Amino acid sequence: MKTVRVIPCLDVDDGRVVKGVSFVGLRDAGDPVELAAAYDRQGADEIVFLDITASAHDRDTIIELARHTAEEVFIPFTIGGGIRSVDDARALLRAGADKVSVNSAAVARPELVREIAREFGTQCVVVSVDAKSNGAGADGSTTWNVYVKGGREDTGIDALGWVRQVAELGAGEILLTSMDADGTKVGFDLELTRTVVDAVEIPVVASGGVGTLQHLVDGALIANADAVLAASIFHFGEHTIADAKRALLDAGVAVRPHVD
Amino acid sequence: MNGDRPLVAVLDYGIGNLRSAQKALERVGADARLTADPGLIADAAGVVLPGVGHFGTCMDQLRATALEQPALDAIESGRPFLGICVGMQMLFEASEEAPGVPGMGVMPGTVRLLPDGVVRPQMQWNRLDVQRPACPLLAGLTDGAWMYFVHSYAPDTDDGFVVATCDYPTPITAVTERGRLWATQFHPEKSGDAGKRLAQNFLAAVRADQCRR
Repeated sequence: MKTVRVIPCLDVDDGRVVKGVSFVGLRDAGDPVELAAAYDRQGADEIVFLDITASAHDRDTIIELARHTAEEVFIPFTIGGGIRSVDDARALLRAGADKVSVNSAAVARPELVREIAREFGTQCVVVSVDAKSNGAGADGSTTWNVYVKGGREDTGIDALGWVRQVAELGAGEILLTSMDADGTKVGFDLELTRTVVDAVEIPVVASGGVGTLQHLVDGALIANADAVLAASIFHFGEHTIADAKRALLDAGVAVRPHVD
Repeated sequence: MNGDRPLVAVLDYGIGNLRSAQKALERVGADARLTADPGLIADAAGVVLPGVGHFGTCMDQLRATALEQPALDAIESGRPFLGICVGMQMLFEASEEAPGVPGMGVMPGTVRLLPDGVVRPQMQWNRLDVQRPACPLLAGLTDGAWMYFVHSYAPDTDDGFVVATCDYPTPITAVTERGRLWATQFHPEKSGDAGKRLAQNFLAAVRADQCRR
């Protein structure tokens, strides 16, 4: 049976959660470990931490985050941002992270995906792909390009070709963010997501644009994503993970049910 | 030996995330040590062999760090032993993931690629279908507990050793038992409260075994 995972994503800057988080009952709403533990209690299936500064001095901070999280959180967690080498990946995995997510460093040097996979296994290599639509081409079909630097820089690389290439190189999972949908709250780019799901054999995490619980359902049912990722709808207390699980179950999507 | 917090050796053979397994055992009251010291492993009341990644890489690393023999000795002694994920797969004779690389061979059978037509790896939570509810490792977990799996291969072994399977969508070996040699294809250390229960059950078996000796 395929069960869809629900994954809250936390943006972290210098060891602190960036976007406002308004959870009840947290001593420190800026503490990523405490937030992750709260999501674990709510029934999250995994946690993703995105280190948005990822400066050189920040490496130790993010390794400490992995170390503390491994002591408090007993579901899988991924760390992305600033991973440029096998050594960067090793430090995070040894500290207790289950997966590392690579993005621009893989675009700059695709072999990095193979190197990390060879050393630690494909299961721990997530390739994060930020894709933006080029609109419909002459034949009427849509294409997407891979963007880096938070969606500001077009690499000119075709997103479909890229996901196939990284799957071949040893990616264990694709974290697919639509730069068109991200931040809009209008829902996932379902066409992009479905196209990528159909293009690769490995799991695809849909990301970018979630504003309602129905968007999560659409990502699972219409785009056939293996996991759905969201940030703000969970952080601001609009919905709990349990609400999301209930909506998915009610729509006929198999998920690990939340147990109170 | 400290009876309150039994010494559990978590074999550190230099692969990815081993720390989570150690933390999960500490959480339920074990004196869990990440170790490559054969003396400590010989003294331990229970032994855990975690594993992530490639079967061939893990076997090579286990041999390069000279931990295969201490692991085999621990199994031979009859002390409780738990293999996790690739740590489960390594107990078998061979794997399709690394033809020509022998496994430890303490469990009969070969580790095979998941059938065509499914998403590989299986990277998700899945429910246990328990075939043998009397298995002490699964006490309190016989009613379809959810566990976290991440794997593309799984052991193909005699039904007599299979305690639980998961549905993906054919039955996949999820838990095996041979005396006090247990193994799980999923990650109990990443399976929330259900995984915590399994760790508690393993520790209970370690304590019971200490009393016998």
